[in-house]
Amino acid sequence: MSLDSIKNLLNFFSGQDDAKKMNRIAKTFAALKKQNRKALIPFITAGDPNPGITVQLMHRLVQSGADILELGVPFSDPMADGPTIQRSSERALKHHVSLNDVFGMVAEFRKIDTNTPVVLMGYANPVEAMGYAAFAIKAKECGVDGVLIVDYPPEESGEWVQCLDQQEIDAIFLLSPTTPQQRIEQVAKMAKGYIYYVSLKGVTGASHLDLQEVSAMLAQLRNYISLPIGVGFGIRDGATAKAVAGLADAVVVGSRIIEEIEKSSDAELLDNVGNLLNSLRKAIDDNENNTQPTV
Amino acid sequence: MSAYDLPSKDGHFGPYGGIFVAETLISALEDLRKQYEYYSNDPDFQAEFAYELKHYVGRPSPIYHAKRWSEHLGGAQILLKREDLNHTGAHKINNTIGQALLARRMGKKRVIAETGAGQHGVASATVAARYGMECVVYMGSEDVRRQATNVYRMKLLGATVVPVESGSRTLKDALNEAMRDWVTNVENTFYIIGTVAGPHPYPMMVRDFQAIIGNEAKVQMQEDFSRQPDALIACVGGGSNAIGLFYPYIDDVNVRLIGVEAAGKGIDTNQHAATLSTGRPGVLHGNRTYLIQDENGQIIETHSISAGLDYPGVGPEHAWLKDCGRAEYVAITDDEALEAFHTLCRYEGIMPALESSHALAYAAKYAPTLPKDKLLLVNLSGRGDKDMATVAQMSGLTL
Repeated sequence: MSLDSIKNLLNFFSGQDDAKKMNRIAKTFAALKKQNRKALIPFITAGDPNPGITVQLMHRLVQSGADILELGVPFSDPMADGPTIQRSSERALKHHVSLNDVFGMVAEFRKIDTNTPVVLMGYANPVEAMGYAAFAIKAKECGVDGVLIVDYPPEESGEWVQCLDQQEIDAIFLLSPTTPQQRIEQVAKMAKGYIYYVSLKGVTGASHLDLQEVSAMLAQLRNYISLPIGVGFGIRDGATAKAVAGLADAVVVGSRIIEEIEKSSDAELLDNVGNLLNSLRKAIDDNENNTQPTV
Repeated sequence: MSAYDLPSKDGHFGPYGGIFVAETLISALEDLRKQYEYYSNDPDFQAEFAYELKHYVGRPSPIYHAKRWSEHLGGAQILLKREDLNHTGAHKINNTIGQALLARRMGKKRVIAETGAGQHGVASATVAARYGMECVVYMGSEDVRRQATNVYRMKLLGATVVPVESGSRTLKDALNEAMRDWVTNVENTFYIIGTVAGPHPYPMMVRDFQAIIGNEAKVQMQEDFSRQPDALIACVGGGSNAIGLFYPYIDDVNVRLIGVEAAGKGIDTNQHAATLSTGRPGVLHGNRTYLIQDENGQIIETHSISAGLDYPGVGPEHAWLKDCGRAEYVAITDDEALEAFHTLCRYEGIMPALESSHALAYAAKYAPTLPKDKLLLVNLSGRGDKDMATVAQMSGLTL
């Protein structure tokens, strides 16, 4: 762990806003903590339903209450995703959206928005094809703040994390209900930015979220993890978003947003997704008026 | 040279292999690794595996000297390792029995499998029936359409066949879907992977179960020919029949190891499945290996006349054996494989699977360049009954 990220952590917990030293992700969580609010992190796939709309959609998500954006890099074989996100990947790939195209979208987003953290999410092979070092340099140049590669578990991530560290990009890792305790400690050592807790067994888009299990597991995670914890998988509506916000530092919503994109015409897409996000934002903030902070 | 001892403890063959999966599967794979490590050294497990292979599969499979065909070719002698004579008609059952016995000891009552042509699906459905387990087989909807007989066969054996509609609707998508099922039902489900691919420990475990092929061959060659062959030839899709034959011979450096990939309509076209001949290293389905991919790292659809070779990846151990030069990999086109299919039917009265026909076709090219006292051992990995409709169609006939 680099000195900078330790400082970031200290800042996060002391609530100090040493803005110069913090990256965008740490700054965002620090600011939210001050306001006693939880982060809302929407996921969209870059280039879905077409490459032209992605940057507008990113801005609209921010206007509608997003604190951090997760941008999916489309892949031909998204093994850990359910049918909804698979379809979003297929739509983007019909337009041949490549990793370089995704970097281009982030660069364009950064022309207007220099504050909102952007986290890329995807699968290993497009990164393998580009090479770790080239990926990290390009990602830094266009303004990416964190990267989560689903099929790079800590065991296979030594060199990968080094390359991201060199460019001061956060390597974000998953934890799941099946992660045993000693692995939690191992992941805690490598992870930066925030931890993405996958709140159920299965693929993205499934619907059987067990809040009691999430609550118990998060309590356990906090014994080892000082980073903010985001919870994703299975968050379908205001009620689940609100419930999860009561337990975690961040609420990640993916498949539900993709469903909204799917059923919207191009003309109504931005408004529909914006309205959905607004309603989730409201539900989450409402929650925070009634509960104690969890950290 | 020290004895070959790969994979490493963490599942790597040089830079290949490994555990490239989402966090949700990590603990299941760790559990599988531990259980396999225990049972692979357990005499009771090994005894039961050997008993099943002998009495249920019908092993050992013989080595047959294809004299008339060898004479016709006018060079080296071609010997066939008759995996086509196994119960269910291919080498696949060696592995499914091993994994089903392991599943049973791990208390898993439900098994899942992916299948392309249907051979591994049939072998999985067969052992599930044999041991009284629930069986779900994922199969690309394109393959379901092309392999209707095998789909029915699996259903007769009591399996549920789930057509997969995502991606290219073929083997790779079936594998994705099986992984998704496993992630969701990991507590009661055992995933029987059909080839030497996937995350560690699968490439090692499947190899070990298939190594019976090479281990038998070593004994049989000594008994019948008083020496070992000059070269081993086997087809490579994922590569399980090839590694099963090659593995016991890796330290016998005088024996050439030749893997034969599917060149489809030609490796200079974009319709082939010759991963090692044309691909680049990458990560797919839980391991690092050679892949057929575009410049952006997207996986490209492959083509082969034989569904069993129609896969854009290859087992990581083959990737390593290629890079370190221990094995050679060549490619055979659809047309060449089809010609070998017909030739073996006519000259030996043996109908080979189209997959195995690729290995035969290379033997037919290679044998005439060698003197008559050389011995080529070809893995006849499966029988061709399942391919009759395809072959008839290629000849302009409908059955």
